[in-house]
Amino acid sequence: MNKTVILQLKNITKKFGTKVIANNNVSLDVYKGEILSILGENGCGKTTLMNMVAGIYYPDSGKILINGEEVIIRSPRDAFEHKIGMIHQHFKLIDIFSAAQNVALGVEGEKFNLKEVNNRIKEMAKKYGFNINLDKKIYEMSVSEKQTVEILKVLYRGADILILDEPTAVLTPQEIRSLFKVLSAMRDDGKSIIIITHKLNEVMEISDRVTVLRKGDHIATVNTSETSEKELTEMMVGEKIDLNINRTEPKNSKLRLSVSNLTVKNPDGYNVVDNVSFEAFGGEILGIAGIAGSGQKELLEAIAGLNNYENGKLIYYHPKKNKPVSFFHKTYKRVMELANENAFIDEKGNDIDFTKLTKKEIKELVNSEKIIFKEDEVIDLKDKTPREIRELGIRLSFVPEDRLGMGLVGNMDIVDNMMLRSYRKGKSVFLDRKRPQDLADRIIEELKVNTPDSHTAVRKLSGGNVQKVLVGREIAAAPAILMTAYPVRGLDINSSYTIYNLLNEQKQKGVSVIFVGEDLDVLMALSDRILVLSGGKVSGIVDARTTTKDEIGLLMVQSKENGVTE
Amino acid sequence: MKKNKNNLKEPFVRIVKRDNIKIQKIILIYSIAIVGGLLLSGFISMMFSDKNLVDFFQSLFTGAFGSERKFWLLLQDTSLLLGTSMALLPAFKMKFWNLGGNGQILVGCLAAIACMFYLGGKVDDFVIIPLMLIASVTAGAIWAAIPAIFKAKFNTNESLFTLMMNYIAQSLVSLCITIWVKSGSGVLAPIAYGNIPDIGNKYLLPIILFVVITVLMHVYLRSSKHGYEISVVGESINTAKYVGIRVDKVIIRTMILSGAIAGLVGFVLAGSINHTISTASANNMGFTGIMATWLATFNPLMIILTSFFITFISKGMVEVRKTFMFTNDSISNIVVGIVYFAVIICSFFINYKLVFRKKEKEEIKK
Repeated sequence: MNKTVILQLKNITKKFGTKVIANNNVSLDVYKGEILSILGENGCGKTTLMNMVAGIYYPDSGKILINGEEVIIRSPRDAFEHKIGMIHQHFKLIDIFSAAQNVALGVEGEKFNLKEVNNRIKEMAKKYGFNINLDKKIYEMSVSEKQTVEILKVLYRGADILILDEPTAVLTPQEIRSLFKVLSAMRDDGKSIIIITHKLNEVMEISDRVTVLRKGDHIATVNTSETSEKELTEMMVGEKIDLNINRTEPKNSKLRLSVSNLTVKNPDGYNVVDNVSFEAFGGEILGIAGIAGSGQKELLEAIAGLNNYENGKLIYYHPKKNKPVSFFHKTYKRVMELANENAFIDEKGNDIDFTKLTKKEIKELVNSEKIIFKEDEVIDLKDKTPREIRELGIRLSFVPEDRLGMGLVGNMDIVDNMMLRSYRKGKSVFLDRKRPQDLADRIIEELKVNTPDSHTAVRKLSGGNVQKVLVGREIAAAPAILMTAYPVRGLDINSSYTIYNLLNEQKQKGVSVIFVGEDLDVLMALSDRILVLSGGKVSGIVDARTTTKDEIGLLMVQSKENGVTE
Repeated sequence: MKKNKNNLKEPFVRIVKRDNIKIQKIILIYSIAIVGGLLLSGFISMMFSDKNLVDFFQSLFTGAFGSERKFWLLLQDTSLLLGTSMALLPAFKMKFWNLGGNGQILVGCLAAIACMFYLGGKVDDFVIIPLMLIASVTAGAIWAAIPAIFKAKFNTNESLFTLMMNYIAQSLVSLCITIWVKSGSGVLAPIAYGNIPDIGNKYLLPIILFVVITVLMHVYLRSSKHGYEISVVGESINTAKYVGIRVDKVIIRTMILSGAIAGLVGFVLAGSINHTISTASANNMGFTGIMATWLATFNPLMIILTSFFITFISKGMVEVRKTFMFTNDSISNIVVGIVYFAVIICSFFINYKLVFRKKEKEEIKK
C-alpha cells in the first residue's frame, strides 16, 4: 500500500486526576483517504483520544503531527485550522436555525451570503450524495438529518480529517446504510475518516483499518480484511468471552399486563404515545424497538404511574391464582368487593357464600389464609400513582432510561439507594438501614459490583456498576413485571451480558420482562416478541425469532413515511 | 520544524480536577484562605490608618474574646446564627432557596412582642411565655409556608417569593411600631413583661437551645424518613416521583419546619435578648445564615464552626474599627467581604488544581 500519512499521534497520554488514565502512551497513524475505526468498550478512552485531536482536551504528554509537522491544538478552532473536524455524539446545532444557517454559523473571514452558502453546500451534497433540505429548521429534523447537517458543517469548513463519535448509535439500519455510502464517497475523494464505535459489525462493514483500545492502552491496529469479529472482541475485552444470549422458549405464559388504546400527551399537547395496545405475558421478554424518542419513555412511564395518560386502559393481572387473600395490601372493603365479583374459593376449591358469614368470621378466614383467589386478580392501573401501585402490593419494577436522574440518587451511597423504593415500610419515623445494608452487600457480591464499599456514592461508580445497582434493586423486589429502558446503554460487553443474563433469569422465573432497546441485533437475540414503535404508534409486533433487521427498520420509520404523524 | 506561526505552545495554564484529596490538605487550604484573607484585610485596613498589622490582629481578637462579657456575647450571637442556619438547612437540602430567613425571624419576633405588649401586666408571665412561643413558631411557619405552597402548586420562584416576604415582614413591623408607640418616636421601649427567666446567666438559654436543635436537626436529616425524603427531593424531583414521594407535600412540610425554627429564633430575640423589636431585629441573620450553611456544605455539625467563625470576624471587626478609628463601617464590611471571598474561592482549589506549562528543560528531560 502506498499511502501518505496525514495524521500521526505519538505517545499520547492523558490522565484525569491521578487515578484515571484515559490514554496511556497511544501512538497511531491515519492515512489519507481511508476510513479508520477506533474500536473499544465504553470508557476505554477512544472519545478522549479523539477529543485531543479535535482540540477539546489537551494531552498531558505526547505529540500530534499533521503531514509530518508537529502541531499544537488548543481549541476546536485550532483543529479547524489544521482541517480537522469532529462530529460529536450530542449534536451542537441551533434548533431554530435552518440547516444552511447552522452550516454557515461561525465561519470567519467571509461575508454572510446565504445564497452563496446554499450553493456551496448543494455542491458538496451532490458530490458526496447527501440528501438534505437546506431550508428546513433543525427542530423539524430527524436525528439522521441533524447528523447530516453536522457533517456538512465540518466539510464546509474544509476539513480533510473527519472524526465521527458513535455516528450510528441513533440511526435506523436504512439510515446507517446511506450514511456509510456517503462516508465511502468521501473516502474516495481523499478525505480521512475516523469513526469511534463499539459495534463490531459496522467496523467490519465500513472501515479499512481498525484500531483497538482497551482501558486506555493501544492494543493493535489491523487491516479489517485480515481480522474477524471474534478476534476484535477478544482484543477489546482482553479475554475470550461467549457472546451468545441463551434464549429459552417461553413456558406457560400468563397474561400479566394488557394495554389498550393508551394515549399520552406531552405538555405541548402532542400525542407522544398514540393509541397503543399490546399485551405482555409472564415468562417472556417483550422487546420494544423504535427510533429514539418514539414514545418508548412515555409508554413505560405511563405504565409505572408517572404520566397521566389521556385515555386508554391499563389492566394488570396480579399473580394471585390459588393464593390466599390477606389484609396486608387490602382493606376489608376491597375484599368484599372482590367477593361480590365472585373472585374467591375456599381451600377445597368450592365457592364461598359470603352472605352467610359475619364480618368477624370473614376477617378470621382471611387471617387464617382460607380465602383463596380463583384466578389472577384484575387490577385497573388507571390514575394510580407509583405509591398507590406499590401499596396495592403490585410488584412492578422499572429500570428507567435516566439511571442517575430517576432510578437512583447520584449523591447517595449504595445503601441509601437500596431503600429508595422501600424506606416507607414500618411505622417508625426513623429509617431502617439494616435491611438495605444487607441488600446492598448481597447485590455487590452477587452482581460483582466494582465499588470500594457499600457507602460509596453511586455517582462515583462506572456506568456498568451503576446499572448493576439499579437492576439489582429492581430485581430484588421480586417483580411480576420488569420494565427496562435501554438497560445496557453505555455498558461494557461483560456488564451488558450480565444484564442480559439477569433478564433471561427473570423471564425463566415467570416474570414478564419488557425490554426497550436500541441495538437491533440484541433485541432480536434476546426478545421473544418485538413491538415496534414509530411516532408514538405501534407499527407492528413481530416474532423475534423469525423477523429480520430490515423488517424492523422499515417498521421503525413506517408511519413517518406515510406522513401519518401530525 | 517550529515554523508554524505562534501556536506551537501549549496552553499556559490548565485546570485539572482532583479526584481525591486528603483531609489534611483541605484543612491546609482553608487555613491558607482564612489567614490570607485576614492578612489582606489587615493590609487594606493599614492603608487607611496609621496602625499596623499587629494592632489589627490584636483588636480582632480583643473584639471577640476581650472580656468575659464579650466572650459570652460571641457565643450567644453564634448560637443565634446557628439557629438561623438550622432553619435554612432543611430547605437548602431540598434545594429550596429560602432567602426569607430575615422575614421569618422578624414575624416570629413580632408575634412574641405582640403577646408581650397586649397581655403584659394582665396575665402572668408563665402564661404569656408559652403563648409567645406558640405565636412565634406559628408566625414563622406561616411566613415560610406561603411561598412553599405557591412553589408546590404553581411552581413559582421560591427565591424571589421569600425575598419579597422579607419586605412585607419589615413593613408589618414598622406598622405595628407606629401603632404601639404613641409618642411617635418610632422606637419601642423594652417591655418588662413576658421576659424569659435566665438560666445560669442571661446568655446561656439560646446557646443551649440552638445546640440542642442542631443535634436534633442532624438526626432528623440523617436518620428520619422525612430527612430522607428531603434529600431525594433535593437531589432529583424525577427520582422522587419515580418512587412515589409526594413532592408538594414534602416541600410544604419542610418549609413549615424551616419557618418554625426561624420563628423560634425570633422568639428568643424578643423574649430573652431584646425585649423589643425594630425592623433590623433579625440582624440580617437570614442572609448571614446562608453563608454559614453553604460554607459548611450543609453539614449541621460543620455549621457550628462556620457560625462561630462568621460571628468572630464580625465581632472582631467592630473592635478593629474602633482601634483604627474608622468613622463608618464600610471598611470593616469590605474586610469581612474579603475574608468570606477568600474562603469561598478556596473551595475551587479543593476540587481543582492548576497545571502550569512545563519548562522547556523538563520536557527535554522526559
